[in-house]
Amino acid sequence: MIKVFVPRDSAARAVGADDVALAIAEAGAAKKIELQIVRNGSRGLFWLEPMVEVETAEGRVAYGPVEASDVASLFKADFLSGGKHKLSLGLTEAMPFLKNQERLTFARCGITDPLSVSDYIANGGFAGLKKALAMSGVDIVAQVTESGLRGRGGAGFPTGIKWKTVHDARADQKYVCCNADEGDSGTYADRMVMEGDPFMLIEGMTISGIACGATRGFVYIRSEYPDAIATMKEAIGHAEAAGWLGANIQGTDKSFTLEVRRGAGAYICGEETAMLDSLEGKRGMVRPKPPIPALEGLFGKPTVINNVLSFAAVPFILDKGGTAYKDHGMGRSRGTLPFQLAGNIRHGGLVEKAFGITLRQLIEDFGGGTFTGKPLRAVQVGGPLGSYLPAAKLDLPMDYEAFAAEGAMVGHGGIVVFDDSVDMAAQARFAMEFCAIESCGKCTPCRIGSTRGVEVIDRIVAGIDRDRNLELLDDLCQTMVDGSLCAMGGLTPMPVQSAVKYFPEDFDKPAKMQAAE
Amino acid sequence: MTLITETDFGTPKAISEKMVTLEIDGVSVTVPEGTSIMRAAMELGTKIPKLCATDMLDSFGSCRLCLVEIEGRKGTPASCTTPVAPGIKVKTQTDRLANLRKGVMELYISDHPLDCLTCAANGDCELQDMAGAVGLRDVRYGYDGDNHVFARREGVNNFRFKAKDESNPYFTFDPAKCIVCSRCVRACEEVQGTFALTIDGRGFASHVSAGADEAFLDSECVSCGACVQACPTATLTEKTIIEAGQPDHSVVTTCAYCGVGCSFKAEMKGDQVVRMMPYKDGGANEGHSCVKGRFAWGYATHRDRMLKPMIRDRISDPWKEVSWEEAIGYAARRLKEIQEKYGRTSIGGITSSRCTNEEVFVMQKVIRAAFQNNNVDTCARVCHSPTGYGLSKTFGTSAGTQDFKSVDKADVIVVIGANPTDGHPVFASRMKRRLRDGAKLIVVDPRRIDIVRTPHIEAQYHLQLRPSTNVAVMNAMAHVIVSEGLENRTFIDERCDTIEFSMWEGFIREERNSPEALEPVTGVPAAELRAAARLYATGGNGAIYYGLGVTEHSQGSTMVMAMANLAMLTGNIGHDGVGVNPLRGQNNVQGSCDMGSFPHELSGYRHVSNDSAREMFEGVWNTTLDAEPGLRIPNMFAAAVEGTFRGLVVQGEDIVQSDPNTKHVTEAMENMECVIVQDLFLNETAAFAHVFLPGTSFLEKDGTFTNAERRINRVRPVMAPKQGKQEWQILCELSDAMGYPMSYDSGADIMDEIARVTPTFTGISFEKLDRLGSVQWPCNDNAPEGTPIMHVGGFVRGKGRFMLTEFVATPEKANSSFPLILTTGRILSQYNVGAQTRRTANVTWHKEDLLEIHPHDAEVRGIRDGALVSLASRIGATTLRATITDRMPQGVVYTTFHHPVTGANVVTTEHSDWATNCPEYKVTAVQVTISNQPSEWQKEWEDREEENKRIAVKPLVAAE
Repeated sequence: MIKVFVPRDSAARAVGADDVALAIAEAGAAKKIELQIVRNGSRGLFWLEPMVEVETAEGRVAYGPVEASDVASLFKADFLSGGKHKLSLGLTEAMPFLKNQERLTFARCGITDPLSVSDYIANGGFAGLKKALAMSGVDIVAQVTESGLRGRGGAGFPTGIKWKTVHDARADQKYVCCNADEGDSGTYADRMVMEGDPFMLIEGMTISGIACGATRGFVYIRSEYPDAIATMKEAIGHAEAAGWLGANIQGTDKSFTLEVRRGAGAYICGEETAMLDSLEGKRGMVRPKPPIPALEGLFGKPTVINNVLSFAAVPFILDKGGTAYKDHGMGRSRGTLPFQLAGNIRHGGLVEKAFGITLRQLIEDFGGGTFTGKPLRAVQVGGPLGSYLPAAKLDLPMDYEAFAAEGAMVGHGGIVVFDDSVDMAAQARFAMEFCAIESCGKCTPCRIGSTRGVEVIDRIVAGIDRDRNLELLDDLCQTMVDGSLCAMGGLTPMPVQSAVKYFPEDFDKPAKMQAAE
Repeated sequence: MTLITETDFGTPKAISEKMVTLEIDGVSVTVPEGTSIMRAAMELGTKIPKLCATDMLDSFGSCRLCLVEIEGRKGTPASCTTPVAPGIKVKTQTDRLANLRKGVMELYISDHPLDCLTCAANGDCELQDMAGAVGLRDVRYGYDGDNHVFARREGVNNFRFKAKDESNPYFTFDPAKCIVCSRCVRACEEVQGTFALTIDGRGFASHVSAGADEAFLDSECVSCGACVQACPTATLTEKTIIEAGQPDHSVVTTCAYCGVGCSFKAEMKGDQVVRMMPYKDGGANEGHSCVKGRFAWGYATHRDRMLKPMIRDRISDPWKEVSWEEAIGYAARRLKEIQEKYGRTSIGGITSSRCTNEEVFVMQKVIRAAFQNNNVDTCARVCHSPTGYGLSKTFGTSAGTQDFKSVDKADVIVVIGANPTDGHPVFASRMKRRLRDGAKLIVVDPRRIDIVRTPHIEAQYHLQLRPSTNVAVMNAMAHVIVSEGLENRTFIDERCDTIEFSMWEGFIREERNSPEALEPVTGVPAAELRAAARLYATGGNGAIYYGLGVTEHSQGSTMVMAMANLAMLTGNIGHDGVGVNPLRGQNNVQGSCDMGSFPHELSGYRHVSNDSAREMFEGVWNTTLDAEPGLRIPNMFAAAVEGTFRGLVVQGEDIVQSDPNTKHVTEAMENMECVIVQDLFLNETAAFAHVFLPGTSFLEKDGTFTNAERRINRVRPVMAPKQGKQEWQILCELSDAMGYPMSYDSGADIMDEIARVTPTFTGISFEKLDRLGSVQWPCNDNAPEGTPIMHVGGFVRGKGRFMLTEFVATPEKANSSFPLILTTGRILSQYNVGAQTRRTANVTWHKEDLLEIHPHDAEVRGIRDGALVSLASRIGATTLRATITDRMPQGVVYTTFHHPVTGANVVTTEHSDWATNCPEYKVTAVQVTISNQPSEWQKEWEDREEENKRIAVKPLVAAE
């Protein structure tokens, strides 16, 4: 039986993967060809989606981007045997975009059937959990600490230390919560994991639960990810049925149950304490710290909160050892990060590489430069609260400390590219506007400051009292940085101030009225 | 006199044995672990700027004014949310902090009106204070940006602007002045537990929303005032303050509504009250209040209030206003005449649970010493007399065992026949907080009262028993505990009379007391009852709270003893978090009982036949006392109907409205030759009176009230008596006129006498009360500062007694003619007979008494919601409106007795508690039918309302 792979990832579905799968199935049936269509995860080459693969003796051969109308010609070209076609991409694994990556976390994504436990195990799945089941909590935490893994949600807090805090806390109940409220602009790695390799997340969270003594876990998935929610729910059912989740995992005395919670539809619910409120059924409002969630988290109990990518890195670490993971990376940024290329870029998609790769390598070598072909002017790394970097900073290595030194952040690894048509004053205004809309409304600097920020930038752009307003903007940013309750208000000045710093000319144009004269 | 301003420490007090020493601005301070830096600073008198923090609420961390710097730590943490740590060095004022605070204030003021001079909060506005504290001089953002302040912006309607909400009768909500600090929302959640308020919208659109963005009055708001108290600006403001302006001085006193006994600051301008503010140091309420105490005090100056003494020969005559001398002389003369004609015991009096201890003490003294008999009783007769009897028999003290705070330590709370959210709202808030924190709840009540299911609270078990089967339910619970071996043997062996216990054990083990055997009687599923019993016995500290749903039954005393048995059986007595706790109905019902208001007991519950006690009183009072108990209230009525009881003094009670079987009561009243009423208003009883002596409101009284936790609170006069005299003065004058001279200098003087003659009050004096705030009796040499929790280490009476509590069904039975059972109670906004609350805007919430009826019972009778129905028992009938609700079980109907026209007691029977004659208000067999007219009784009432309350117009002397 011939295996044909048509991704079920929502990025592929958004560009017609379902139609393609249906067309292939119908054509196959009409031709009485026995073929098995596997709805795999995405390989992360989004400009080629829907990317169809066929299993051949030489390996998997890829075609893309395929439209339903291409299916007839694909059959004509005998794509089922790897035949040549205008959409031929050759052997998947040989494509440079993939070949040059270091996929530790995304090792399986796009290769397996996301909902097949046996497929998962055949490709190295649950090896980490198997080992963890035989280990003490302290030893598991030690491996994670050894790996140098830092929180992939953006803050980069050492995961081992967080887990140790929860492990050492005494409580009748502890929780593991996965923050899958992936709301940063230009990011999609969490979604790809949940849609393309959900068992990996389940495995990572289960290991965390066993390590810290938590028996219940929640995955908080943003409401805009219906496919991820459905896939995760189904995967949890399969994992339970196969004894990898639930009571007495694989016959041991370890138990861990997992539930999916649909996000409340607010960006702020991705802030970990607001997420806890939301998980508790309340309005998502930021909580002050201390107490830290590791000691008083969900329902006031010690709680591990990690991003999808943090948990997803754990099965590898437990399977191959903390040292194997630590061998990747630079400085205090160890391991790999799945970077997500987006915005004005020719080859948008997921690139998992060890820390230390430069922005230029990612954008030029993997991304192929801007989509428009015009010169790159700015890059925003780390979501809507990340700094805008000018082209001159492209040789910055992806490293938490190197970015921090530049007043920027790696964040969740989202990279949004802008060409020279961008108006950076408008981008700065957008940052304030985004904050004004998405702020939880609790603390004053964020609640009122962001609205005033928009107005001040408007006055600057309009040429009203420009110097005085630039000074006011600076004061406002300082108030927000030092005074805000959480990173939302505290980081909003980053894109604003970096835009002013690197692109001052955009704030000093003649006002429109004057220009019209 | 000055305005009392209480220190706001910013965050609640931390409780910890461990102390932490830190340095704030170079000064060392030691505080309990868990204290916030803000509070630690305030302990030193260092005020860190703040807006969202207040010590009634958990820290929130939103305003960002209280930021501080800590040596060696990054950033500028908020001092309200950051706990102290040993050795840290905190700076509360630096250039960086000054700039930050100014920056934050600049943002606040950029969205706030600048009408300070004409603002109702002028002089009492924390926002104004903070702008001053941080030195804000300029708002560089201007005032024409996006805002919530102006109705119009850039020539069009400002969609963010919301008009002032004036729907609540007592306070206004002006969103334009709101700084979104969430203090109101948090107060509604944390302090009151109603969750009526929330923040709606995100970011700049965030705004306070009552219910689903409704008017306050239409929302779930219960108007407790906690939000208004918490508001740092003029957003939520009392209407009285808007009208009158800020108060100039204040006096701490005690609320005159329910038995919770909340302390308030009466805030005054001259002798005008402008606001009642709950007092944070009040032992009972700790700064919380309800709609009655906080707002419904306007009755004190209501135009209906009587200020002149009045007399008349016959009740059909109009009243004649006379001088005090004439009224008192007339009263004394008529009483003496009656005694001469019908004998020494033909007169008596009823003391009031609404008056002070001092007034009650003097009243009973007048009866015992001047009238020379023991015909004194009190309205506790008709509410909590079984409590006194039952707890005294079993434990040895006629009072609840705990202080209110004790509930904070309870793990299983049992609420029986009480409706705390309506009847004792401030205590209910405390109870709800504990329940939200995880305590379990068992409710025993025929109705699904609010606490059964309220935001973030749901009873584990609601034993929805048939009315009148309390004792059966208690016996069944005890049966389960004993038969399943869940009793606390150690406690029983050490603290209880073991011989009586074994007798009781034999009785309770009998199969007829099992939940299964009693299920047909109680209607409570046996499995559910068993589960509830197990929870009470094994769930940790078990605390029973009960009300009139326990006492007002023909087995009321049995039931009190059955609960006491249950508490002893499980060792739930004698420490924090447990106990048997009556929720007293009226403000001073505990006190009126303590003061010797019962016909058989002198103050401190000593029997009149006790020679040594009586002789002691005789010595102090310089008179002889009758050793025979006098008449109880129902006996007085019976004797009046018979013709042997002819004269009655009624102190501040409305027996005609509140006592059962109104027809019988009015017959008795009509038979009397001299009825003297001392009250604020011409109430229902006054319609049958010959002498009316105007009384004082709590705002004029100088004395004490004793609440349900035995806490003696000071009642301080904030204005001179409006009719010219303290009530005890009037009573002394009556006593003088009767031939027994009596005089006191002050309330304090009376308390000194009480302390002299009452062993449990030995250590009480006004001086001590003023010093300690309040004291819980017993207060004597053994407990000089009072006794919050009783029976610690052993029972007051020695060994605890298990009493046999055979369930004897009430004679009041439903049948085909009267197929429903009526039970009565009250609601939040009204109080008792409504004399006070009906004369306030509280009628906004409750204009008339309604008959609650189950949908099925309504359906089969063709009753629609709001229809007029006739409610008829074997005794009488009345007409009122029905409201259909599944809160009621089938077969049971419910109403309140707040409005005289309802005449709820025209329907209730004369069945009463076997031991104390407490009426069986809670069980009356009735029929409900559609009606289109008032009942006969109501027509009579209308006529009487016209006739008997007429006051003669004075001759036009001035016209001459």
